[in-house]
Amino acid sequence: MNVESLYQDIILDHYKHPRGRQLLAAPEGESHQVNPTCGDEVTVQVARDDQGHLVLGYEGQGCSISQASASVMSELLTGEGPDRANEVRTGFVQMMHSKGAAEPDEDLLGDGIAFVGVAKYPARIKCALLPWMALQDAEVRAGIVANGTHDGKAGA
Amino acid sequence: MTQPLDVDRIRKDFPILSRTVRGERPLVYLDSGATSQKPTAVLDAERAFYETSNAGVHRGAHQLAEEATEAYESARAQVAAFVSAQPDDIVFTKNSTESLNLAAYAFSNATAKAAHGAEMDPRFVLHPGDSIVVTQMEHHANLVPWQEVCAKTGVELRWIGLTDDGRLDLDGLDRVIDDTTRVVSVVHQSNILGTVNPVTAIMERARGVGAVGVVDASQSVPHMPVDVGLLGADLVAWTGHKMLGPTGIGVLWGRTEILEAMPPFISGGSMIETVFMEHSTYALPPKRFEAGTPMVAQAVGLAAATRYLDDLGMDNVAAHEHALAGYALEVLAALRGVRIIGPTENTDRGSAVSFVVDGLHPHDVGQFLDDRGVAVRVGHHCAWPTCRRFGVPATTRISPYIYNDTADIDVAVEGILAAQEFFGV
Repeated sequence: MNVESLYQDIILDHYKHPRGRQLLAAPEGESHQVNPTCGDEVTVQVARDDQGHLVLGYEGQGCSISQASASVMSELLTGEGPDRANEVRTGFVQMMHSKGAAEPDEDLLGDGIAFVGVAKYPARIKCALLPWMALQDAEVRAGIVANGTHDGKAGA
Repeated sequence: MTQPLDVDRIRKDFPILSRTVRGERPLVYLDSGATSQKPTAVLDAERAFYETSNAGVHRGAHQLAEEATEAYESARAQVAAFVSAQPDDIVFTKNSTESLNLAAYAFSNATAKAAHGAEMDPRFVLHPGDSIVVTQMEHHANLVPWQEVCAKTGVELRWIGLTDDGRLDLDGLDRVIDDTTRVVSVVHQSNILGTVNPVTAIMERARGVGAVGVVDASQSVPHMPVDVGLLGADLVAWTGHKMLGPTGIGVLWGRTEILEAMPPFISGGSMIETVFMEHSTYALPPKRFEAGTPMVAQAVGLAAATRYLDDLGMDNVAAHEHALAGYALEVLAALRGVRIIGPTENTDRGSAVSFVVDGLHPHDVGQFLDDRGVAVRVGHHCAWPTCRRFGVPATTRISPYIYNDTADIDVAVEGILAAQEFFGV
């Protein structure tokens, strides 16, 4: 295990060239999450378009893992329905809690599979999860998902 | 030139320093500001206590109970001697945080009891219009408990601000600490900036307005000779685990008369004088503040740690760290894109050096150092308002101790360079 396995090229690319990094004009829900051990912050906003598909906005400051994770999440979930977003989030959370043993599903997680190496570093798991937790909270606030929906089964 | 400490010999006393991390990397431990490593002498002392004398202290009519009590009280005397204090002025706590809470709760408890007619020492009874003064470089442990006191009593919290080079801005000291001030609680040596503050002068001002003076000495007692009586404070808090001792043992020193005037914090067994169904009376300090079964083995371990440090000589420890601080400041300042957060001059500062690297988050810097076996702290160091003051979300901090040398700092520098190269900044 070395540091290069943690910082996959995909992660570096998203960190240096974040996708969709801007706030929305009219968010339905917003959540500001902080990692109290390191001070990393992310604000995630969510709205729905005419077809009920998710539109995501975000900004934040923090380490490469937390900021790249927000970028990957934004790219993966923008334009998806809430049920699909729940499914992807559940898959991502499970992968992050796998201690690096999971065979990540690229069809489900896309660029998110690059974070499997992060799961081997307990101190960094929360960095990767921070924007995903913010999105979940923003969706709850927007009334898109019910409170406490962690398993991806329930939803709007 | 003779070195103040023989680091190669010292390292042999610390078993953990011979292990490798992240594969076959030798451990380079530069995180003693978080917690220090423990020498064999401390581990042996704890083990010997459990193997030969373990029993409840201050009770029991058997030989082991006598020996355990003797071990505990000898430890208190040893720790007292280390800071030139009297044993009865040493209260054992869990850690610095508990010591500072003990001090803070004296005020909120006395205020609450006085409101119900109890006769309390007026120095501890707060009223709206009063103020409590801290600094902008406090560890959360010396900030949040005072915020709590203010919330419970309606008292105003004030603080001494910082200059851009990480010193206390003392120009307005007489305005911040005024006749309304009832408590002044300041850190001796900043855990994040490394600054050593002129606490004696601040305590003098506190005394001048009749305020109780508190010093958080968590980062000074382990690193420099400290005579607690000379600080001019009423109460001084520190912890064992940052000075080679075990976790779970901290200290609150207080002037005898102040401790005697303070109401208890945690109450229950061992801290009483008499108990009736309706009410109780309390033991004299230090027992008044040591409810429940105390941390006997940890106290024995802490006493062994003070013996170890005394054998090295705290003047030598301070000189060694001063030299390391000078070296770290020099090599870090020479790195492109590295900015030191805290005093850049090696006067009135300890060896903890915080820095930020342009274009790199401290977490990512720390990860590259970790990859080389270098253990450092990244984050806000439990001093979040201090980070905000300097406009940074977090820093990377190296905090060397008696078992580190300049070669350790060189490995850290290599890690910083590798991170810069990898991220292309």
